[in-house]
Amino acid sequence: MTKDSHMKNLLANKMQRRTFLKWSGAIGVPVIAGGVGTKLLIDKQKEEKVASASEWDNVVSTCSINNCGGRCVVKAYVKDGVVIRVETDTQESGDPSIPPLRACVRGRNYRNVLYHPDRLKYPMKRVGKRGDGKFERISWEEAVETIASEVKRIGDKYGPESRYDNYASGQSWGLHGGSTAVRKLLSITGGFLNFRNDYSSGAGNVATPYTYGTNNSGSSFDSLLHSKYIILWGQNPSEMIFSTPYREYLMQAKRNGAKIIVIDPRYTDTAITYADEWIPILPTTDNAMMDAMGYIIITEKLHDQAFLDKYCIGFDGSHMPKGVVKEESLKSYLLGEQDGVAKTPEWAEKICGVPAEKIREIARNYATIKPAALIQGWAAQRQAYGEQFMRGGAQLACLTGNVGKLGGWAAGTGYWSRSNIVYPISYENPVKASIPCFLWTKAVEQGTEMTAADGLQGTDKLSTNIKLIFNMAGNMLINQHADINKTKQLLEDERKVEFIVVSDLFMTPSAKYADILLPGTTFFERYDIGVPWCFGDYVIFGDKTIDPLFECRNEYDVFAEIADKLGVKEQFTEGRTILDLVKESVERTRKELDPTFPTYEEFREKGVHHFKFDEPLVGFKAQIDDLENNPFETPSGKIELFSKTLWDMNQHEEIPAIAKYISSWEGPEDPLIEKFPLQLISWHYKRRCHSTYDNMPWLEEAAKQEMWLNPKDAEKRGIKDGDRVQVFNERGSLYIDVKVTPRITPGVAGIPQGAWYTPDEAGIDQRGSVNVLTSQRPTPLAKSNPQLTNLVEVKKA
Amino acid sequence: MGQIGFYINQSICQGCKACSVACKDKNNTEVGINFRRVYTKEEGSFMHQPNGGIVHNVKSYYFSIACNHCEQPACLLSCPTGAITKSDENGVVTIDQEICAGAQLCIKACPYGGPQYNKETFKSNKCNFCMDLQEKGEDPVCVATCPLGAIEFGSIEKLRKKYGDIRQIKGMPSPTITKPNIVITPHRDAKLV
Repeated sequence: MTKDSHMKNLLANKMQRRTFLKWSGAIGVPVIAGGVGTKLLIDKQKEEKVASASEWDNVVSTCSINNCGGRCVVKAYVKDGVVIRVETDTQESGDPSIPPLRACVRGRNYRNVLYHPDRLKYPMKRVGKRGDGKFERISWEEAVETIASEVKRIGDKYGPESRYDNYASGQSWGLHGGSTAVRKLLSITGGFLNFRNDYSSGAGNVATPYTYGTNNSGSSFDSLLHSKYIILWGQNPSEMIFSTPYREYLMQAKRNGAKIIVIDPRYTDTAITYADEWIPILPTTDNAMMDAMGYIIITEKLHDQAFLDKYCIGFDGSHMPKGVVKEESLKSYLLGEQDGVAKTPEWAEKICGVPAEKIREIARNYATIKPAALIQGWAAQRQAYGEQFMRGGAQLACLTGNVGKLGGWAAGTGYWSRSNIVYPISYENPVKASIPCFLWTKAVEQGTEMTAADGLQGTDKLSTNIKLIFNMAGNMLINQHADINKTKQLLEDERKVEFIVVSDLFMTPSAKYADILLPGTTFFERYDIGVPWCFGDYVIFGDKTIDPLFECRNEYDVFAEIADKLGVKEQFTEGRTILDLVKESVERTRKELDPTFPTYEEFREKGVHHFKFDEPLVGFKAQIDDLENNPFETPSGKIELFSKTLWDMNQHEEIPAIAKYISSWEGPEDPLIEKFPLQLISWHYKRRCHSTYDNMPWLEEAAKQEMWLNPKDAEKRGIKDGDRVQVFNERGSLYIDVKVTPRITPGVAGIPQGAWYTPDEAGIDQRGSVNVLTSQRPTPLAKSNPQLTNLVEVKKA
Repeated sequence: MGQIGFYINQSICQGCKACSVACKDKNNTEVGINFRRVYTKEEGSFMHQPNGGIVHNVKSYYFSIACNHCEQPACLLSCPTGAITKSDENGVVTIDQEICAGAQLCIKACPYGGPQYNKETFKSNKCNFCMDLQEKGEDPVCVATCPLGAIEFGSIEKLRKKYGDIRQIKGMPSPTITKPNIVITPHRDAKLV
C-alpha cells in the first residue's frame, strides 16, 4: 500500500466490508496432541446415553484455585457420580457489593480437565535420562519411601539450605496444596532455602515500597465508579483475570461516563471492550512517555503543588533529603537541568513511538480531568528495568494529586485486600536464608558464591547449592522460567540437583524433569476455600465434588505419610484432615476476624461469601487525610519520589533515586536490533492460566497458540497470515503459526506465554513456548524476571 | 410466550469465548462443531510520522452468534427430509436428529453459519435454545455464562421494545434474507453507517 492510500484510509477512517463468512472465526484446527482425550470422554458419554445435560442428581458449588487473580463460582452438575457439565455464579449484576463471580472461558472447560485421559494416574519414577520423560509406575508406598529417604539423605549430607520448594502457582490461593505441605514438612525436619518475591510483579513488589512504603497502593475496584478518566497502562483484565469482578466495575465506570485509555503494544481485548482510545507503544519505553507526561504537567503548571509540598519528598529542589543537591530533584530531571535533555514529548516520541501531540493530550487530560485513575498492569514491569515503570506511574499519580482520593488511583503495584480469612496451616522455617525466586537456577549452579548483591538475604553466604527440588503443581522448573535451553542443561546434570519431586495433573515439560512424579488432584476432588489474589471482597467454598480419580491423591495426605516415615506425622497434621482444615479456617475466621462470617454449613450451602463494606477502599486515604498521625511507611514518612535509600546504593545509572527512563538492553535503542529487529513480548492468553490448560483441545480451538505480527513486518519477510515461522535469537529458536494483524504495533511480535515446551529432535520448540527466547538476566534492583524484554528475528519456516 | 430470540450486547463483548465453550460443554460437541461462535473483525493500518510517532486507525470487535431461530429459516426451507421444524409455541428451530440424513443443505443455506455438521454421526445439529434446560427453569447456557451478562433471551417483541431493532452489524448479512430473531447493541466500530 502506498503512503497516499494509507493516508486516505486514515482520513476516511473506514473499514472494508467483507462477507460474514470470511471473518476469522471460532473454528480452527487444533495442533496439539491430546485432542483425542475429549473425544474419548464424549464418546463414552454418548454410548452411555448420559448425553442429556438436563438430567442431574445434584449440583455441587466449588472453586478452582489456579494462579489467576480471580476466583469464580463453579457449579458442578453431577449425575451418577460423574460431572456432566459445569455452570457458574447465578448472581445478577447491578449491586456493586455482590458482583457476579462468573467463570471465564477457562472455567467452562473444567470437565475436560477433570476427565482428561492424559491425567497422571499413579506415582512414577524416572527410568531414562532426566528430562527424557521416561517413567515407570511405582506404588505409593515406594514413592513415599523414596521421598522420605532422599529428604533425609540430602538434608543430612548438605544441610537444610540444600532443600528447595520451587516457585509454583498451579495450586494457589487455597488453604492447602503441594507447596504448603512441602514447606511444613521441611520446616519440621530442619528447614529449607526460602525464596522471596514472585514472577508476576517482581520488580514492582520491590520498587513500589521505595515510593510509598508498601505495595498496598491500590483501591477497591468499585472506587472506579467515581473516576472520570482511566488509563490502563499495560493492563489487560479482559484476558488476564486480574480479578473476577474487575471487568464488571470497569463496565460500570464506562457507563458512568469515564473516558478510558489503553496504552499497550497490542490492541487487546480490553481495548476492544473498554477503550475510548488505544495508544500503541514500544515495549521497554513506557518511562519515556511517563517522563514526557511529567514534563508537560510541570511546564504547563498542571501539577498539584500543594499535594507535592505536603506529602512528597524530592519533587523540586526545596524538598530534597539532607545531603542531596537540588539538581537531583524530579523537576530538575524532567526539565533536563543537569543532563541537558529536557524530557519533552518530542524527545519521548522518538523513543516510544507515541506521537508528541498525543502525549501532550493524555498528560493534560490526566492532570485536569479529576479524579483520574492511572492503573498499571504488571507486564511492563517484567522488563529489563521494570522497577522504573512501577515507580514512574506512582510519580505521575503524585504529580497530579490523584493519591488518596476516591476515583483517583495511586498507581504502583496496586495491591488491596479486604477478604481476610484464617489459614490454618502454619510453620516456621528454621532457615532464614532467602534468594529472589528468579535466581533459583543461580542458586543451583553457584549458590555458595551468591552475595547480598544477588539479593541473598538472611545470611552472608549459603553453605551449599540447591540439591533437592520440590516442584509442586508448577511449571517453573522448565517452561515458565526464562531461558529454557539454559535451564534444561542445568537440570539434566544429575550431579547438580540430585533429586527432583514433581506433583501435577499432567506430563508437563517440568514434570518430565522429575525423579519421582506424583499424580495430583483437581479442585473437584478435594475440599478447599478459594481466595482471590487480593482484588475482591469475597471467598468461595471449594466443595469436594467427587472422590479422586485413579490413584491420584492430595499432596497434604501424601506428605502426612512422608512425615510419618520421618517420625513427625503428628507435628505435620496436628491431627487434622483436609476437611478439618477447611472447618477450622471457617470457625477461626468467625472467632478471630469476623463474627459475621458464615458457619461452615452456611458457607457450604451458599458457596460464596461476600464481605460487605459501606464504601470503597481508597489507597492511602488515611495518610492523605491525616499525614501527621498516619505517616507513609517510608523512612521519611512521606511519599518518596526521591528515595534516599536508593540514592545511597550508589548505582545511579541502573537504580536511580527517582523513576527515570533507562534505555533498555534488547530494547529499541539496543544496537542488537540490527541483527534481531523485532521486540518480542508475551501476554497472558485468555485460554490458559499461565501454562495451565495448554493441553485442552476446546481451549486451543477457542484461542489457538499463534504469534501476532503486524502486516508491515510480515510483508517485509514474505509472511502471510497462517504461515508457520521460525522465531529465534541467540538464546533459542521456536516454530509457531503467525496471525498477521493490525492489533499489534509495528516492530513488535507477540507470543502468548505458557505454551508447553515441545522440542523436536534438534531441540527446537514446536509449540511456541516463548521462554526458549527469554533471558535470565535479572532486573537491577529486584533481581526479577525481564521476560518481556527480547529481541528476535522471524523467518518463514 | 410467542417467538423468542437472543439479545447480544456486542458493545461489551470481550471476545472471551466463554459462551462458545460453555455451549460445547452443555452439548458435548467436538472440536470443529460450535453451536455458538465468536467471530473476530480486525482492520486498520499504521503510519510512522517523521519523528517516529505511530498513528493508526485500527478497529476491531468480536461478535457472538448461535442460531437466530429466524422467521424465515433458510435451513428449514432447504432441508430435504423435513428434519428441521419451527415450534409454533416459541418459534425455536430444531433439527430432529432421528430424521436428519446429513445432506448439509441447511449448512449451505444458513447465512449465519448456524447448523454444524458432525462427521462422526453424519448429521447436522445446532442451537436448540437449550429448551431442555429452559423446561427445568434454567437459562440457556450461553445466557448463564457471559461474564458481563452481554447475552439475554426472551420474547423477541419485548427485547425489541427494550433494546431497539438492530439486527445487523458490519459484516453480517442482511436480515431480509431470513428475518433473524436477534437484537444487537453494536460495538462502536460495528455500527452500520
